[in-house]
Amino acid sequence: MAEDFEPPRPLTPQEENQRKRRNLAIALSLGAFVVIVFVVTMLKLMANAPQ
Amino acid sequence: MRAMSDAVMKPEPYSLAGQTYALAGPEDYVALLKPRVMSLVIFTAFVGMVAAQGDINPLLGVVALLAIAVGAGASGALNMWWDADIDAVMKRTEARPVPAGRIPRAEAAAFGGFLSALSVALLALAANYLAAGLLAFTIFFYVVIYSMWLKRTTPQNIVIGGAAGALPPVVGWAAASGTAPLEAWVLFAVIFLWTPPHFWALALYKRGDYERAGVPMMPVVKGEASTRRQIFAYALVLAATGVSPFLIGMAGFLYLGVSAVLGAGFIWLSWSVLKAGEGDYTSAKRLFGFSILYLFGLFATLLIEYLAGFHG
Repeated sequence: MAEDFEPPRPLTPQEENQRKRRNLAIALSLGAFVVIVFVVTMLKLMANAPQ
Repeated sequence: MRAMSDAVMKPEPYSLAGQTYALAGPEDYVALLKPRVMSLVIFTAFVGMVAAQGDINPLLGVVALLAIAVGAGASGALNMWWDADIDAVMKRTEARPVPAGRIPRAEAAAFGGFLSALSVALLALAANYLAAGLLAFTIFFYVVIYSMWLKRTTPQNIVIGGAAGALPPVVGWAAASGTAPLEAWVLFAVIFLWTPPHFWALALYKRGDYERAGVPMMPVVKGEASTRRQIFAYALVLAATGVSPFLIGMAGFLYLGVSAVLGAGFIWLSWSVLKAGEGDYTSAKRLFGFSILYLFGLFATLLIEYLAGFHG
């Protein structure tokens, strides 16, 4: 079974570059999402806080 | 129909056995979101939010608008997943990331599904459950009712399916105010009635594309003459509905003037489409372009009236 496994070929420089760009986009999107949820939470808390 | 056109699709990337890998960049994932459709959704939803005159915090309003935009994009990605076989045989869509082989179908489905859930949850968090529920329904309607069911089965596909594209101002209205009153549904009606003449004008001169893909658009099923008649009939109803925001008191005289002039233009161009001979698509192309200007003009005028304080 193990000897049937064909290792994947290494990525070409173009594929490496695209993967890096994809990873960066995911990181930025996740960061933005965290910030958005934090801001929304704070605004909701402020709106409901007793004056 | 699916199996037939699946044959023309290019092999999918990421296949380890075939040693092929994806070359998709972030821009391909942005393309999956159909940015041009998204911009129309953002604009109409924003007008709905402003016209609602609700008391939502402006920053929460921006987040709500972002959630609506992402929801619209997510349904676009799910549509590209489901319709990849159709997209592959149509000139207009063959370069999209899935039929072009840059993004695997399964990945488009996962991307769209994930963003759908995220956008609905974010809208519930930033605005309210009514808006979130309406957004979830919009995505469901576009993907399941329109893409999976109607698009391949009936020439009324874009008539009924148009409801999905017409809902964003109602979602925006609900996000800003927590309600969905008659006024919001009048905006819905304008976009709903605008959709058939807009897409049928396009379908007239892209008929060959739809025929090849086996999509039963009106010109393919009923022929050009019938489509031209129906475009004109819808134009009459649309022009009347276009001025209705003034009649129910949600818009002022500026809007009345703009909607009347643009409505007359719409009718006049639809009349030229009706009178044009078989195979003459000049007027259909003109109507397609004008229809975008029409919808933009109506909603922009409404926005100006509300931002300028014409309505309280």
